[in-house]
Amino acid sequence: MTQPVFWALVGMALVVLALYALIVHAHLLRKVLALNVMSSGVFLVFIGLARRTPGEDVPMAADPVPQAMVLTGIVVAVAATGLALALIVRLRVLTGRTTLGDDTGD
Amino acid sequence: MMLRPRTDRQAGPASSARADKGLPPAARALLVLALLAVFAGLVLAVLSLSEPAPGLAAAVDERIDESGVSHPVTAVLLNFRGYDTLLELVVLVLAVMGAWSVGRARGCAGNVPGPLLRQLPRLMAPLMVLVAGYLLWVGAHAPGGAFQAGSLLGGVGILLCLSGYPLPGWANGPALRVSAVLGVAVFAALGVVAALLPGGAPLDWPPAQAKTLILTIELAAMLSIGVVLAALFAGGRP
Amino acid sequence: MPLDPSGPGLAGPAWMLAVVFLPLAGALLCFLLPRLAAPVGLVAAALTAASTLALTLAVMADGTARTQLGGWAAPLGILWRADGLSVALLAMTAAVGVTVSLYATAYFRNDEHERTFFWPLWLLLWTALNALFVSADLFNLYVTLELLGFAAASLTALGGSAAALTGAIRYLLVSVLGSLSYLLGVALIYHGCGTVDLALVAACVPDAPRPAMQVAAGAMIAGLLLKTALFPFHFWLPPAHGSAPAPVSAVLSALVVKASFYLVLRLWVDVLGGGGRWVAELLGVLGAAAVLWGSVLALRQERLKLLIAYSTVAQVGYLFIAFPLAVAGGAVAWTGALYLALAHGLAKAAMFLSAGNLLRFGGHDRIAELDSAVHRLPLTLTAFALAGVSIMGLPPSGGFIGKWLLLEAAFEQERFGLVAVILLGGVLAAAYVFKVVGHAFTPAARERRIRAVPPGMEWSALLLAAAAIVLGLTLPLISPLLQLGPASAASAVTLAAGGGA
Repeated sequence: MTQPVFWALVGMALVVLALYALIVHAHLLRKVLALNVMSSGVFLVFIGLARRTPGEDVPMAADPVPQAMVLTGIVVAVAATGLALALIVRLRVLTGRTTLGDDTGD
Repeated sequence: MMLRPRTDRQAGPASSARADKGLPPAARALLVLALLAVFAGLVLAVLSLSEPAPGLAAAVDERIDESGVSHPVTAVLLNFRGYDTLLELVVLVLAVMGAWSVGRARGCAGNVPGPLLRQLPRLMAPLMVLVAGYLLWVGAHAPGGAFQAGSLLGGVGILLCLSGYPLPGWANGPALRVSAVLGVAVFAALGVVAALLPGGAPLDWPPAQAKTLILTIELAAMLSIGVVLAALFAGGRP
Repeated sequence: MPLDPSGPGLAGPAWMLAVVFLPLAGALLCFLLPRLAAPVGLVAAALTAASTLALTLAVMADGTARTQLGGWAAPLGILWRADGLSVALLAMTAAVGVTVSLYATAYFRNDEHERTFFWPLWLLLWTALNALFVSADLFNLYVTLELLGFAAASLTALGGSAAALTGAIRYLLVSVLGSLSYLLGVALIYHGCGTVDLALVAACVPDAPRPAMQVAAGAMIAGLLLKTALFPFHFWLPPAHGSAPAPVSAVLSALVVKASFYLVLRLWVDVLGGGGRWVAELLGVLGAAAVLWGSVLALRQERLKLLIAYSTVAQVGYLFIAFPLAVAGGAVAWTGALYLALAHGLAKAAMFLSAGNLLRFGGHDRIAELDSAVHRLPLTLTAFALAGVSIMGLPPSGGFIGKWLLLEAAFEQERFGLVAVILLGGVLAAAYVFKVVGHAFTPAARERRIRAVPPGMEWSALLLAAAAIVLGLTLPLISPLLQLGPASAASAVTLAAGGGA
């Protein structure tokens, strides 16, 4: 197994672990953390595979396009975390709850 | 009924541990099996990818001289795929709008710093601003750029907030809003002007001016990113 | 696509720039000038709608419009591409958008906090929708999806109640999860094909490593189905759409859900080349389940906004019934699904705006206590009933045409199970629409405290409902825009047919 493939597999494992945590944990902070771990996993897949051997005689160590895309993805993930935390803090102030509860359906 | 506080779940982590037990063991086992199947599929997908890898490294290398910068990641972020970066700055502004729409920030004036936090900002804050400026400049040819620099500025804001440093009144009013949207506004305005030039396209920087334009955008973006990150830390409208 | 260019028009690219950057500029101005948010926002909405009309006319005249952002060609740069499908959804967005904007000026008149934040968030939501409909780049589409999700979640929370916050948080978590799943697919496609441009990916997919492409397609489509709220992923939709302010519910149900559906369709038809038989059947089964489950739950609701929200779950189901029919050769099913999507957008927005009027009028939206509303709000009730006609699929509405085309394809292929579901869904829709209308016509048992509803709010709802009806009469005008894929779906190599996904 080459190094890029190894990192990509680690990323995939993070995605699946985070999906488990997201489903199982009720506390909203844990759900937000799970999504953050999941995005790290996706980024690791994206970045890790960019270091595979390029086809032609390319002077760059790694493909810069996935790096730029992941940088964009990181900023989006930060924004999502900030927004989610603001909503969760407000919910806690309003109700004392830090879970979604089970009575929101009707 | 929805407004009734759920006193039985107020205690935070302890109550969440109880809620965690809500999923019955059988469902949990089923979930684990399903996720293992998903993982197997993902592994298979990764292993099926071929080498040599297809990619755009060669294409970037070929056109980088026309981009106005020599660092490939910066060239992709601010020229080849600059539109993504513009939308990403919009996402940051949107997160601030969303956070501000739900509530007020607690404010920083109430924070009582310990001895370390009282002294640290005096030393660190100017240094961090300096390093941010350096990162912005160096981004044209080495790792760095507006996001790294902006994150440092955001860190300065958080440090000042934690140490209870009172912000001057003007910084909470329109000036805060202007600096939060400055990056998007400058980027979008230049992008539209570029489209109006003869033979131009949206966000199409003429090679001769590309370096100046990119540095201008990055300067504005750095300020906005710093302000947005600090505002998200504060968690609500001032 | 049937509208491929006879010659490159210059008008198209200019109007594409306008439909993305005008609402963005409006949103920034509304944020900077909170006191003037409503007038500035209304002007931006009018200009955006006018530009969308101009773009639609340009595409109808000159064919698909294209722009290279930054002046860079495809694998390196990002492309905008507006074809018939894009402009059909852009135009529907503009029609709903400008009417909801009119409605919102009256709705938020007395609430300064909601007004100052509604406008910038709503205009950013519109920016995200328009950017999504013109983007031809898988990664750029991811950014627009996130923009859309954040704007939608923030707007859901605008009311500030615990129910609204809970709905918004659940919505945000689901939206981010869906986007990440989509992004994982994009990562695999990039590393399999070395590009994220839609056309180049479409050309590469048949030769790319098959497992990677299948998993990528699965991850992307699963993420988008979560965002489209297809059964059984619909759990987040009713609480979010039911607890948001009325104009927000209208745009969430009418437009936001359609954006991810559009992307599923775009990937299925244009990028993955038709998709597999087995996957299409699965989508059809889920769609049929959504129609029945959503309709039955709608019928059982006691609050009007939740009833309308569950109706959205059902109507989303119809869109996916088209997949097995279209894959089996009935390309007319695509036209039917798209017609239903457009008609549902107009009609559902009208329903939520009507519900907002009833809520404003009586202070509640309990269906059993809507008595006598018909005497005080005849326009609102007319709007609700007309929108109901389209949701039920009665002639001459847009909903009728859509269902008719679906039925035509289902009969042709002798898929009588799907025929039964389509018809039964209509009957159930009639039941839940009449449940509301019936209560509204009941004479009041006792006097209730009521508030006046501004005429602008009544007329906006009626305008949209009328548009949903008129849509049924414009088939010859619109159908050239909606001729999806008989050429591309039939000729392209199917992604999953061989591998069985």
